[in-house]
Amino acid sequence: MFEIVAFIIFSVLTISMFSITVLTNNALYALSSLAAGMIFISAFFFLLNADFLGAVQIVVYTGAVMSLYAFGMMFFDSLAEVKEKTKNPRLVFLLSGMLSLIVVIVFIAPIIGQDVEANYPVHPEYGNSVDVGLVLFTKYLVPFEVAAIMLLVAMIGGIVLAGKKMNESYSEMKEDEIDEKIKLDASKKDDK
Amino acid sequence: MTLNAYLILSTILFCIGLIGVLRRKNVLMLFFSTEIMLNAVNVGLAAISKFHGDLSGQIFAFFIIAVAASEVAIGLGLLILWYKRTGSINLDDIAVMKG
Repeated sequence: MFEIVAFIIFSVLTISMFSITVLTNNALYALSSLAAGMIFISAFFFLLNADFLGAVQIVVYTGAVMSLYAFGMMFFDSLAEVKEKTKNPRLVFLLSGMLSLIVVIVFIAPIIGQDVEANYPVHPEYGNSVDVGLVLFTKYLVPFEVAAIMLLVAMIGGIVLAGKKMNESYSEMKEDEIDEKIKLDASKKDDK
Repeated sequence: MTLNAYLILSTILFCIGLIGVLRRKNVLMLFFSTEIMLNAVNVGLAAISKFHGDLSGQIFAFFIIAVAASEVAIGLGLLILWYKRTGSINLDDIAVMKG
């Protein structure tokens, strides 16, 4: 009973938060509602006995990813209106829908006939963190190391990409100064 | 709760993210919608992991979280670089190869 009530409450909250993220025009509203939605998602992981995954969800998404977005948005003129008009929306929706349907069928077709068996069964006596650690560091050791290298590459790439011209900070300038500077840079680029 | 309830929820969240990716022209919103889609998949994987008694789903969810984190780092770095060059985060301005 408790689980059903929690599921319904959290699904309504998550869906409404993510809808706000997708539909709003204000980037700050989108950021904060996305962070709230991420925390509500972690509730599903706790309901599904995936405690470690829920903790990782809160720490990584709301702690790291959202603060990265928040710091990244200091570089942008984030309240500026972006003109959004889609040409031929029906064609886009139809084509992407067809494409995703085909991809799903291609991936599901070999699996659907077989009975799914548990390769790495859950041990309730260990607890979730121990269980996940055992599987992660035995069967999935190589993907784990590859993921570590990928994160290292992403970190270095992020520093190299965003770290250029760090001495000019948009957050210290006024609104019209930023516009002027962007215009200046654009004209400089055209001259080249 | 049944497995179906979780899978339906996962589908709804994924569709919200998909609508965002298709409709928005702000690249920042595009990143947000991608995060929503990745999270929807994570919920589905965790649900299947529980109802089949298999840990592989949770492990895959971890790797998806790692991929999402590195995607944000690289994507945001590129976007900052692009914004410093052109002063725009509109998706249509990035499409320099006109078809």
